[in-house]
Amino acid sequence: MILAVARNRLFNLRRDRAAFILAFVLPVAFFTIFAAIFSGAGNRPSGRRIRVAVVDEDGSDVSRSWIASLQAERALEVVTAHDSGKAAPAGPYTSASAGQAVRRGEIPVALVIPKGFGSRPFGLPPAADRPPLTVLADSADPVSPQVVAGLLQKVAMVMTLREAQPGASARGGLVAVDVRDLAGERKKNPTVAFYAAGFGVMFLLFSATGAGGALIEEAESGTLDRILATRVSMGTLLAGKLVYLTAVGVTQLTLMFVWGALFFGVELASHLPGFFLMTIATALACSTFGLLLASVCRSRMQLVALANLSIMLMSALGGSMYPRFLMPEKLQRFGLLTLNAWALDGFQKIFWREEPLSAIAPQVGVLLGLAILFFLAARRIARRWEAA
Amino acid sequence: MTADALPLEIRDLSKSFGARRALDGVSLSLAPGEVLGLLGPNGAGKTTLVRSVAGRVVADGGALRLFGFDPADARARAVRGWVPQEIALYPVLSPRENLWTFGRYQGLEGETLETGIRRSLSWIDLADRGDVRTASLSGGMKRRLNIAAGTIHAPRVLLLDEPTVGVDPQSRERIYAMIGELRSQGVSLLYTTHYMEEAERLCDRIAIIDHGRIIALGTKDELVRSTLGTRQALTIDAAAAVPPDLGEKLGRLGASVDGARVFVSVEDAAGEIKAILDLFHAHAVPIRDLTLKVPTLEQVFLQLTGRELRE
Repeated sequence: MILAVARNRLFNLRRDRAAFILAFVLPVAFFTIFAAIFSGAGNRPSGRRIRVAVVDEDGSDVSRSWIASLQAERALEVVTAHDSGKAAPAGPYTSASAGQAVRRGEIPVALVIPKGFGSRPFGLPPAADRPPLTVLADSADPVSPQVVAGLLQKVAMVMTLREAQPGASARGGLVAVDVRDLAGERKKNPTVAFYAAGFGVMFLLFSATGAGGALIEEAESGTLDRILATRVSMGTLLAGKLVYLTAVGVTQLTLMFVWGALFFGVELASHLPGFFLMTIATALACSTFGLLLASVCRSRMQLVALANLSIMLMSALGGSMYPRFLMPEKLQRFGLLTLNAWALDGFQKIFWREEPLSAIAPQVGVLLGLAILFFLAARRIARRWEAA
Repeated sequence: MTADALPLEIRDLSKSFGARRALDGVSLSLAPGEVLGLLGPNGAGKTTLVRSVAGRVVADGGALRLFGFDPADARARAVRGWVPQEIALYPVLSPRENLWTFGRYQGLEGETLETGIRRSLSWIDLADRGDVRTASLSGGMKRRLNIAAGTIHAPRVLLLDEPTVGVDPQSRERIYAMIGELRSQGVSLLYTTHYMEEAERLCDRIAIIDHGRIIALGTKDELVRSTLGTRQALTIDAAAAVPPDLGEKLGRLGASVDGARVFVSVEDAAGEIKAILDLFHAHAVPIRDLTLKVPTLEQVFLQLTGRELRE
């Protein structure tokens, strides 16, 4: 009898394809994605290498040999010159241009070798009257500066050993490293804004698809039929739902950031215009995504399965769960297919990098474009509910 | 609303879903204040017909007009009310909120909407339960609210699709009374039902639909007369099996004998029954039971469709 009950459940599972996929395919899919993300976070050559911009203000033989040693490190990808961009023509990094690149999130970390470093590179204690190496960091990425600082000490040790060969003058020890957080240096608690946006977007997606499911309930109960026989058309109905979902989404994100401002030091008041632009664009994109999913699905069960699948994947790839800048390059690019990535990039530019409003134009543009695309697709698919 | 247009006029309406012909040249009309019953076995085309009038199905051919307007036209939407068979309401909302929603969706606002909600709640005897969750109402209450949601905008044509399914006799009487009130206000009703007694009691005319066609249309008496004639069915149960010689004489009067039971179809009930009872008396066969029935709509339906209505 127990087996009969078990078998009955098996019949059910076989009949419900969405649940079937959820039970067997989803875990494998998630495992694959997270494995790809986290295996790349280590220092394996196949994984993520930390890009570090090196500014050689010293220009001495010592500094050049240090750069060569850093280049030999497999965990690092050393760059000394930048491509031509908006700010400057192509050329070697200066401490100003490297700092700007870090601030903009183009590179995670930069190293400045100061003038005079070559004459007395290291010793014990490390900082005593020697010009220190400066690591310019972005505290959005807490790992890269630590790795670079650690590797600098390793290079110092290797140099010490090399110079301690018979015949060489024994002057060795540790190198003085000054880590400066460029993006978060004026912030009380810079990582909170990132998490507020990351989780905010993920839960916005969940609540939008949940609320979008009202459409399916209306269809199942016959209420949708009744509505469409009144003066309300399908287009009006979807637009009304979009207004509601967007208002709820804006409220959710606002609440999240106000909470963050009150208790975790998120600097909301000084970033209001950018915050609202990003919040409205994000809420519109998430809401239309919810409507699209609801219009595609035939039952609430299907919606739940599809929503879990797509939102978890998008959130994992798009950086809501784990920062994209810590992922391997390929995954970072792949993540741009998700609306999470665009939303988070925008919020980061506002709260983290303190960039002007014009800097979030691509993010706002893509989110609004997605919103229009999703809404038109939902409207098109919802035709199946209109008069037959 | 054009002055001379009928509340509902359907001409030669046809609709196919793939190879299945759901409506095959349906024609009927609805006069002001008339209640037209729509009967038919399952799958006969009732739902497709009602949904066509509701504007939810677009016909392949023929014409359908509500006061002269296409069913999708805003003016048709304004004069049409639809009470679907399902309880098509929001269960977590209160009756008041449900009425607000459907009133608003029908274009009511402000004081008109508020008045409509108040009037509807008192009409369906839910004035004191206007703010509870609809899900917590009894089946009969939900049915009444379902009707109110379809009538809050005071439609001139109302489609009622099995409005008494699954309700207790008391609620059913209340719904009948509501339908009576609508009718007295001059609302035209297209009434779908599986209950023959409802059709007989409430409807001015009855349309029987089968295989997508209207196979009979008229008052109950007209349908009975045209289908079964004016004869009545007499059933006599004798106290014991009818003896052969009595059976033979009864047979000459057109009766059929089955053990102790005798069936006769009579045209002149008073005269023919007397002759039959005299025969029983002469043969000293006591009678246990005797019934005389006028032909029912149920028999008409069976005769025309070959199926029971509830099949």
